[in-house]
Amino acid sequence: MSVDKTPLLEVARLSMRFGGVLAVDDVSFTAYAHDITAIIGPNGAGKTTVFNCLTGFYRPSGGKLVFHRDGRAIPLQHLAGYRIARIAGIARTFQNVRLFAGMTVLENLIVAQHARLTRASLYNFGGLIGLPSYRRAEKSAVETARYWLDLLGLTARADDNAGNLPYGQQRRLEIARAMCTDPTLLCVDEPAAGLNPHESHELARLLVTIRDRHELGVLLIEHDMSVVMGISDHIVVLNYGKKIADGSAAEVRRDPAVIAAYLGEDEEEMA
Amino acid sequence: MSYFLQQFVNGLTLGAIYGLIAIGYTMVYGIVGMINFAHGEVYMIGAFVSLITFLVLGAVGITWVPLALMLVLLSAMGFTAVYGWTVERIAYRPLRGSFRLAPLISAIGMSIFLQNYVQLLQGARVKTLAPVITGGFTVMQNGGFAVQVSYLQIVIVAITIALMAGFSIMIAATPLGRAQRACEQDMTMAALLGINVDRTISQTFVLGAILAAVAGLMVTLYYGVIDFFIGFLAGIKAFTAAVLGGIGSLPGAMLGGFLIGLIEAFWSGYFSAEYKDVAVFGILILVLIFRPSGLLGRPEVEKV
Amino acid sequence: MTAQDWAGRIKGAALAGLVAFALAVPLVGIDTNVDDATGHGFTTRFSWVVIAVASVFAGKLALGFVPHFHWAAPQGLRRRTTLKAGRGVFLIGLAAAVFALALPMLPFSSRYLVDLATTVLIYIMLGWGLNIVVGLAGLLNLGYAAFYAVGAYSFALVAQDWGLSFWLALPIAGLLAALFGILLGLPVLRLRGDYLAIVTLGFGEIVRIVLINWGSVTGGPNGIDGIPRPSFFGMPFVRNPPEGITSFSQFFHLDFDPGQRIVFLYYVILLLALLTNLFSLRLRRLPVGLAWEALRDDEIACRALGINPTSVKLSAFAISAMLGGIAGAFFATRQGFISPESFGFQESATVLAIVVLGGLGSQLGVVLAAVVLVTLPEFGREFDQFRMLLFGAAMVAIMLWRPRGLLSARAPSIRLGAGDPA
Repeated sequence: MSVDKTPLLEVARLSMRFGGVLAVDDVSFTAYAHDITAIIGPNGAGKTTVFNCLTGFYRPSGGKLVFHRDGRAIPLQHLAGYRIARIAGIARTFQNVRLFAGMTVLENLIVAQHARLTRASLYNFGGLIGLPSYRRAEKSAVETARYWLDLLGLTARADDNAGNLPYGQQRRLEIARAMCTDPTLLCVDEPAAGLNPHESHELARLLVTIRDRHELGVLLIEHDMSVVMGISDHIVVLNYGKKIADGSAAEVRRDPAVIAAYLGEDEEEMA
Repeated sequence: MSYFLQQFVNGLTLGAIYGLIAIGYTMVYGIVGMINFAHGEVYMIGAFVSLITFLVLGAVGITWVPLALMLVLLSAMGFTAVYGWTVERIAYRPLRGSFRLAPLISAIGMSIFLQNYVQLLQGARVKTLAPVITGGFTVMQNGGFAVQVSYLQIVIVAITIALMAGFSIMIAATPLGRAQRACEQDMTMAALLGINVDRTISQTFVLGAILAAVAGLMVTLYYGVIDFFIGFLAGIKAFTAAVLGGIGSLPGAMLGGFLIGLIEAFWSGYFSAEYKDVAVFGILILVLIFRPSGLLGRPEVEKV
Repeated sequence: MTAQDWAGRIKGAALAGLVAFALAVPLVGIDTNVDDATGHGFTTRFSWVVIAVASVFAGKLALGFVPHFHWAAPQGLRRRTTLKAGRGVFLIGLAAAVFALALPMLPFSSRYLVDLATTVLIYIMLGWGLNIVVGLAGLLNLGYAAFYAVGAYSFALVAQDWGLSFWLALPIAGLLAALFGILLGLPVLRLRGDYLAIVTLGFGEIVRIVLINWGSVTGGPNGIDGIPRPSFFGMPFVRNPPEGITSFSQFFHLDFDPGQRIVFLYYVILLLALLTNLFSLRLRRLPVGLAWEALRDDEIACRALGINPTSVKLSAFAISAMLGGIAGAFFATRQGFISPESFGFQESATVLAIVVLGGLGSQLGVVLAAVVLVTLPEFGREFDQFRMLLFGAAMVAIMLWRPRGLLSARAPSIRLGAGDPA
């Protein structure tokens, strides 16, 4: 639960148009530090599109995205994709797990620390000649990876190909990999998709642990209401690209517009 | 002015040939999303089959030009179609689910194989053919320089435009065309709706091969000289044409073909013949940097 | 097997035979490689057609009997490894290096063998170089010979015109090639795999055309000759050195033997190759090397992790170009003369075949493939003629059967173990 209400991400009148389709229409909300903010809505509501605008994969057609870090306000809409991760410190996972399947579990986690290691290796030249400072940095990167491996129970499989992991572990590894970039905002896209109830529960616990132990905010797209309702501090509801509700879990659950949007869904889903 | 016109006529003819090959590239790319590197070699095989058929017909005494042409056309289209079909069956279909580079490497391997296959079987020397369609007329005369258009050039451009029109109709109106467009948009869905995706893809390759065969016949008639290596260069240029016009777009392939033909003709006419290929490759790079969707194509949005 | 199975099998084989017939009739059945004395311009070879059809028919029939024979299921990256990575590979590599070091001194060694081994090592180096961009970074470069050429020609010009020694001119050639690598990399950065491949193909052709036509600099189709040969710390390998200079054989009080330079060149390329290997292995663990493989696996995920795909691709191009250029420089000095013929698509295709057959990304695989591909033509002139044909067929076959190469293993670059990454 958060007490600290400093805004982390301000989305102001965001819109995204693809040809004739307006996928995101004038959406505004704020995500706060140390909060888990969930974005929910029926399929096609524009949730992943919002993510893609946030993380630099799409250039928004309109609106503003402002990220607050170390007291600075960083506008996101003009930053090139990979720089958002570096400069703003926004990390994300994907709807279809995008691990580096040909590399090992450990290597996936080390690659995530690329920026830090590149600096420490003096753009790889120091690493080439075996500078002790680089060796130390490499060791510390492995230690960071080990922390996550232990947390996820994957230490025994550290040298296995990431593609050989069972699906549920792949999803969690992807989250751990995002965390290895030391982000200020973690964006998770439908992490519980395809997980059974036990795995979903583990996942929810992982997200709460992340929020509690690390200095960051979490932005979560999810359909699994047990996860969403259980851990979200704040929920934003989208439908047909527009925002239809914004508030705490209790408020959103009672909102007639939200219920109408989910009409046809089993009411237990919302409980 | 007349020099310009002559180059224009020459370029148009060359462009027709490139356009026919380019259609094969663009159709295959549209449906399976890969560049058929072996397509240039299929064109080369079309040229060889044309030449060989001419020789055989000459040996058995069939010399009446219209009949010979018809037979050669059928022969080239038929045999080359089998080559096109076989290439897809052996080198591409099994790799449809594989990692990104696999069909590319397989295509390169196929291209190398076919080049050397023809080289070994028919020798490395150039093959010549006595002119079949001769004669032409002078369009205009300007201070000693005559702009000449040969009947062959007219035939080439006319046949190309006719084929192009036929193809567009086919794509728009026939079941095959519809199946092709469906597969282009969403292969899984098309399969679920009962379209035989494998067969549609095969047919696409066969159609491309047939057009390449026609191009091969034309180049044999037009230049009278072929060798096992013509597919390599023509392939890259035709692909450039497909990209210039907009990959995935049939009219784009034709337009791109004509443009590349004209560029090549004008460059060698006004600047230097040695570097004409460099000019064409330069176009390829420029298009891919500045307007990858080409002139008539639609920009692709990345699916994340 | 039931009669129905037989019927099905025979039908399949017959269809294959029919296709083979259609393929064979025009190009196999007719031979236009004749002198015009025959009159018709061709002869027939219908017996070959029969043989072709019969073999295809028999082959297809036989295929049905081979148990467990199936084309590799398209699993792409998730294949099980077929060779235990790690310790075994390291020992084999070590043994190979020791063998290579001792080669000229072994009893069965000869000038011919050392010369052949030198050629193999050049291709090994080229293979490792191309491996970086194709195997590790997953970018299909079809014009690698262009960097080979840039290295060779810049070495020739620098050594001739500026009179620099081999050891000075070599890195300059490498750097110039690296520059070309960046030049090629810049326009192709945002291109998809297929487009990138064909642009590199075009680039290779552009370089070749320029080499043939820019006669004032490159010597045109005749190339450049009289390229200086390397010396042993200033002592040339010649029978009669100029005034005031001691030759190698004089200094060591040996009879002059042309084989001495050959052995020296062999050790030079061996040294270059070993350095290349150490360099590559080291790079694979560094952030840039891991980024290459990550880029190959999933570029979008790379961007999400803050990795700049542009600089990663550029570094792959530049480094692989540099290695190709160094190999080219050595090639130039070994031959003494170079011409555009050595740097065409055939060369690029050969190196690509080595990388593909050896296993995209595998250092040891490249060595094996290079040995096989370079020495095979030596076993008979027939092999030489069929060389490229076999390469093409092998590339297709490997993709169908073992896409990750003959040694489909990937040893992790960084291991978790006892705290110290192995």
